[in-house]
Amino acid sequence: MSNAIIKQTAAQMADALADGTTTSVALTQAHLDRIAAVDGAVHAFLHVDAEGALAQAAASDARRSDGSPLHQLDGVPIAVKDVLATEGLPTTCGSKILEGWIPPYDATVVARLKAAGLPILGKTNMDEFAMGSSTEHSAYGPTHNPWDLDRIPGGSGGGSAAAVAAYEAPLALGTDTGGSIRQPGAVTGTVGVKPTYGGVSRYGLVALANSLDQVGPVTRTVLDSALLHELIGGHDPRDSTSADLPLPDLVGAARQGADGDLSGLKVGVIRELAGDGWQPGVMARFTESVDLLVGMGAEVVEVSCPTFVHALATYYLILPAEASSNLAKFDAMRYGLRVLPEGVESPSAEDVMRATRDAGFGDEVKRRIILGTYALSSGYYDAYYGQAQKVRTLITRDFEAAFQQADVLLSPTAPTTAFKLGEKLDDPISMYLNDLATIPANLAGVPGISVPSGLADEDGLPAGMQILAPALADDRLYRVGATVEALLERQWGGPLVDPDKLDLPPVELVETTGGHA
Amino acid sequence: MPEITRDEVAHLATLARIDLDDAELDHLAPQLSVILESVASISGVAGADVPPTSHPLPLTNVFREDVVVPGLTAAQALSGAPEQEQQRFAVPRILGDEQ
Repeated sequence: MSNAIIKQTAAQMADALADGTTTSVALTQAHLDRIAAVDGAVHAFLHVDAEGALAQAAASDARRSDGSPLHQLDGVPIAVKDVLATEGLPTTCGSKILEGWIPPYDATVVARLKAAGLPILGKTNMDEFAMGSSTEHSAYGPTHNPWDLDRIPGGSGGGSAAAVAAYEAPLALGTDTGGSIRQPGAVTGTVGVKPTYGGVSRYGLVALANSLDQVGPVTRTVLDSALLHELIGGHDPRDSTSADLPLPDLVGAARQGADGDLSGLKVGVIRELAGDGWQPGVMARFTESVDLLVGMGAEVVEVSCPTFVHALATYYLILPAEASSNLAKFDAMRYGLRVLPEGVESPSAEDVMRATRDAGFGDEVKRRIILGTYALSSGYYDAYYGQAQKVRTLITRDFEAAFQQADVLLSPTAPTTAFKLGEKLDDPISMYLNDLATIPANLAGVPGISVPSGLADEDGLPAGMQILAPALADDRLYRVGATVEALLERQWGGPLVDPDKLDLPPVELVETTGGHA
Repeated sequence: MPEITRDEVAHLATLARIDLDDAELDHLAPQLSVILESVASISGVAGADVPPTSHPLPLTNVFREDVVVPGLTAAQALSGAPEQEQQRFAVPRILGDEQ
């Protein structure tokens, strides 16, 4: 029996479960088989929980046959970024300092997945503590881009994006602090959403930078992201930064957008997020996508956000400052790694901390902790961290002015397509530039989506279009994203990620070992 | 032009409780200087009249009802501990010879 069912969208899988043409066990097994066949090459997963996922799938099938599914997505499997706490499953954040740690509790978003009956396939690879744009900073080795295994899958959530692009999972959770959902989406030809700050609970998310982090969906289609976003979103009393407001109708917006009429909608193209350094093939696909929206009745205006040119510098002061404080909790005392310094008799707690943090943290984490410690130091605080907080205000004002002129803002998601593994590993500044277009949204707390815009002419690799909306207007992302997707898929004859054109064995070569569909 | 010296990096590493060896200091110090140089461009971008933003949501205090909810058991809380003793986290000595 073929496992071609994994080529479907999550929404189609949910329909197939609802009408009884497949079972969750068959669906989950088909994905586990795909993981077994290709993950040796992709390395999207740090941990695969076949046994747990199949048990959850069997329970889901029992609910379906009783006529009592918990949710539309009950039984559709999902992968979870390894920065989210999962009770009973390892959670490493891509770091040696948390190797072997098994959380005694679930993140709220994970608890919501479980309460809706989604089998959890495993935990996905990431740059250590979500610091990076290539997944190369994972202490457990990089993830490879399914389009070209010699290239990066983006980061920090390269594992989630690659898992979805490689058809190892129909859905995944990611986190986005400066683009870690959207940039991997762009370079793997998948969809990724950073919700409004406060729109999705962060309880149980190992924090990188509290004022920037947000959990969001990683999928192959806009509708699938909307379904997942509605499932994980909404107020959580355990997260004091969670917004106590109802979510807009995201699924409805995605369905409306797929029908295509954008009359009366104003889209703003951000002048500062284009120009020198932007790959011509990425810009070409972006411009074509904007033209498609105009063809559907949208009015396009050019908007200027002059402070965005300072967003990268602002971010690389605020993020390290917050991260250096957050990572102080890895002190070798209550959980995680403990390393005793060599040649020290009766070492003190501080000696043990220093030795542990040296052995447990990788280069990028050390760079950012030191930078953050510097930015927060007495004598430098006003010049760096204080100034960055003020520029953050100006960036937020730029957004406010731009949203006076347009309902959504557009830019390419990332300046280039996926680069080669190793190319920028020891050149931090060049690595940081990948997040140029995604960072402003995190600084202002506004939501953003990346949707595939096509393949760049130079290298045949995927490029993405970013759509940004005002805070709490996440529905606009789904409406406009679904329109772009529908128009482009009509041109392409299907989704951009064709499972049989990846740098991987075709889906049909893998036979399922279990299940009855 | 801001510069961060090797000695400063060593001092910051001490503050951040990370043992960096000589090879790491040689490697990280020049990289940090380059990063610092590029982020220093924001000085002077915002005037004194611009208020700082620490957080994108205009939240102040968040209150909830004071009700008892289940928490972790001692065994769960200690499940990740590198070392434990009598239902407590066992840690290395916390006082130095000179204290």
